[in-house]
Amino acid sequence: MKSNKHTPPKRAERFLLWFLRRDLVEEVLGDLDEKFYQTLEEKSVFKAKLNYWYQVINYLRPFAITKSRSINSNHYAMFRNYFKIGYRNLYKNKGYSFINIGGLAIGLAVAMLIGLWLHDELSYNKYHENYEHIVKVLRNDAHRGKKFTSPSLVRGLGPLFRDEYGNHFKHVVMVRARIEERVIANEDKMFTQAGYFMEPDGPEMFGLNMIYGTRDGLSDMNSILLSKSVADKLFGDTDPLNKVVKMDARWDLKVTGVYEDLPLNSELKDATYFAPLKRFLEGWSYDDVWTNQHMYIYAQLNPESDPKEVSSVITDAMLDHIPRGTNNAQPELFLHPMPKWHLYSAFENGTAGMSDRLKFVWFYGIIGVFVLLLACINFMNLSTARSEKRSKEVGIRKSVGSLRKQLITQFLSESFMVAMLSFVLALFFVYIILPWFNDLAGKDMNMLWTNPWFWLCGIGFIIVTALLAGSYPAFYLSSFKPVKVLKSGMAVGRSAATPRRILVVFQFTISIALITGTIIIQQQIEYVKNRPVGYSKEGLIMFRPRSPEYWGKYQTLRTELKKTGVVKEMAEANYPLTNTLGNNGGFEWEGKDPSFDPSFNTIYVTHEYGKTVGWEFVQGRDFSRDLQSDLSGIVITESALKLMQLDDPIGKTIHWNPSWQEPASFTILGVVKDMVKGSPFKPVRPSIIFPSERDLRWLFIRVNPQASLSEALPKIEAAFNRIVLSAPFDYQFVDELYNAKFQEEERIGSLAGFLAVLAIFISCLGLLGLVSYVAEQRTKEIGIRKVLGASVTGIWRLLTQDFVTLVIVSCLLAGPIAFYLLNNWLQKYDYRMEISWWIFILAGSGALVIALLTVSFQAVKSATANPVNSLRNE
Amino acid sequence: MIEHSLGEFEELVLLMVAAHHDEAYGVLILENLEEKLGKKINISAIHVALKRMENKGFVKSRFGGITNERGGRRKKFYAITALGKRVLDNQYALRTSIYQQIPKISFS
Repeated sequence: MKSNKHTPPKRAERFLLWFLRRDLVEEVLGDLDEKFYQTLEEKSVFKAKLNYWYQVINYLRPFAITKSRSINSNHYAMFRNYFKIGYRNLYKNKGYSFINIGGLAIGLAVAMLIGLWLHDELSYNKYHENYEHIVKVLRNDAHRGKKFTSPSLVRGLGPLFRDEYGNHFKHVVMVRARIEERVIANEDKMFTQAGYFMEPDGPEMFGLNMIYGTRDGLSDMNSILLSKSVADKLFGDTDPLNKVVKMDARWDLKVTGVYEDLPLNSELKDATYFAPLKRFLEGWSYDDVWTNQHMYIYAQLNPESDPKEVSSVITDAMLDHIPRGTNNAQPELFLHPMPKWHLYSAFENGTAGMSDRLKFVWFYGIIGVFVLLLACINFMNLSTARSEKRSKEVGIRKSVGSLRKQLITQFLSESFMVAMLSFVLALFFVYIILPWFNDLAGKDMNMLWTNPWFWLCGIGFIIVTALLAGSYPAFYLSSFKPVKVLKSGMAVGRSAATPRRILVVFQFTISIALITGTIIIQQQIEYVKNRPVGYSKEGLIMFRPRSPEYWGKYQTLRTELKKTGVVKEMAEANYPLTNTLGNNGGFEWEGKDPSFDPSFNTIYVTHEYGKTVGWEFVQGRDFSRDLQSDLSGIVITESALKLMQLDDPIGKTIHWNPSWQEPASFTILGVVKDMVKGSPFKPVRPSIIFPSERDLRWLFIRVNPQASLSEALPKIEAAFNRIVLSAPFDYQFVDELYNAKFQEEERIGSLAGFLAVLAIFISCLGLLGLVSYVAEQRTKEIGIRKVLGASVTGIWRLLTQDFVTLVIVSCLLAGPIAFYLLNNWLQKYDYRMEISWWIFILAGSGALVIALLTVSFQAVKSATANPVNSLRNE
Repeated sequence: MIEHSLGEFEELVLLMVAAHHDEAYGVLILENLEEKLGKKINISAIHVALKRMENKGFVKSRFGGITNERGGRRKKFYAITALGKRVLDNQYALRTSIYQQIPKISFS
């Protein structure tokens, strides 16, 4: 028969099947075939095929076409079934489900927190309306072949920009270069507040959100804009507009507006008031317009101006105006646009380098990706391990007619469900933990509920994780031959275990490195905290009386305070104990190399300073009020002595010739231990301390060690207020200020600790899931071993030794990595500890113990199980 | 009688089903009709008519045994139902009665 050679055209048949209603298929195809063979016998092959095609195309009519193929109610039912099976699976294996969903949720929560942090860092200053167009004018000075960048500018530049380059700028605003702490008072309510003095265009340019009044409130010299919180403190609920506040007990300023507090991620976040620059400049000489660098200049460019182009226009603007001879540096000006202020402000030799903040953005970003990766890997790992148990289910599903496509859909929908659950849980975690995290990071972050990107990222993440985690069971398991799976179970070879081992090693390496990091950071902080500071921080109060009322009343206050009995001594200095401001060169001494001109930290103090702060003398003596000649004496610190290289310093004469003061000679009276005033991580500044009988800005009070602070403070405040009524007693504790210098390091430390705990937690969850999987796979083996006489310890060892090896491998890997990274980190500090080898042993053994406990939890359970239970159903 | 309406082509197919009682299937009907009418008919047209009449209840169907020339597929046999027969009878009676009203005129 010819039909052996020729069959109806396959393509036509497939095409027909594609659209034909299922119940018609058999009849139609049968008739078509019969007709085809008939035609074949009567006519040519070509004609038969052509006819077949013709007939097929004729079936393209409404009655024969499958009705709306996409809406098939079966799909819904099927998905419902998948979710039901998925849910039952989760419910049946509560332990696994907890580990899997919880682990992923925690990883996700951490990634979200880090994401929020990054979002905050990158959205700095976006609060300001003219974000895109605001620039700050910066100055590059060449000094010894290097460029130094500074924002401080001369007062003459503002008017110059307005007059000569006005076509580029919409606003030019000069702001006093330094935030000014002032006392603002409404009658008896007094508060020390930080704020800026600026020109009238400022509020408009920065786009302050006014609650009362308008943005042009600074045009009058005696006006002030207050932040909402300050206005509330001073005036309560009443409308503060047009009320008068007193600044520093000297000036009456009218409140012309109240603005919404600036957010923490704004450059001006610390400003609680804005006052007119004119107020600040009153009484300043007009001679120093081109020499005194005490202004910041902000400007708003016209929309069509480009910061780079305008920079090149203004770069030499100052050159014609600086008086010759005063400064041989050739200042170059350029504009720094607002979007770059936060992360690109670490200038090195004139160009923006890698700032610490930018480093942190990268660092946290990478950590976030890592944590997320760890959590995902775990999730995949566990899903994979679990799914092998389900190979029988796959076998049965396939035998009863499941298509591979359906199995893939099933596994994927299940992993989608779990990923979704984790996401919801993670949102919940983040919501709970955010206040604490804000505290840790020193930020004010909120959930971005309304940000479409947040949801897009979240959904994107769910999809990626679910696909990654579900792809193994979906594509691999569904490819099994049912007969093979059902007959012999699935053969889990060595090859399936290897990637999982690598994952465990990877996770533990990161965890151990983080643990080591935490320990070393904590140790470094402890080490620096225990650094001798050369004075006694405890019980020392420091504050600045901001009222002209106090001037000349040093001795009065001192006696008054001592009368209270809670104060041991009081002194003044021109700088606080917590910074190293006031540096001068121009000193000459015996045997000095003429070309050597070191800079010293120079402080003026009253005679009681040494007793108040608690100097420790190495040689010589303190200043004494009894000897008039002591006014031309000095006390130097040990490091200053080392710099001077004097063998017998006491009584030696030092000449000082600073540019701004008459030259004079001083006699060294004593040498004290170095005072750590600046960063405790840095080398100490050599200091020279001069006595003074003038009024100095900072006041120090040493509380009597016998008196408790809680009883001493009210007495001190009362005594102070008896003498000075117009300034608040806004004191600070020196030890608290000193500890605040560790904030950044402590922040890194707690964050590293937090991440380490998380990493080890996530790793252990992974390990636990894995060991229970292995134990379950080997239930029968364990049963037989026990029947043959294996001991519980023997079986415990059997189950744990594999994992212990993995953790030890991780230790060996983590050690060098951690050492390398932390050694790098430590290089940043001049005062640092040495990394000792036992830290690695400690971190490694800690991880080992935790891993062992985790593994034993399951191993002991399996080892003590009754073998009858595992063997009876053979 | 709208629900019991019968188109011209449907009537022909129904007649053919009735003629080959319980042995009528697609290709057979097609061939017979083609022979009687002397023109080509599409098999899809036959199927449409059969399905439509099955829905109206004029014919019923059953599957037969597997045959070789149909690629291993079964034939679907159609038989006329009582309703189908009655509709056919009515149609025939209607036509006959009208036909008889034609005056005896010579049409030459």
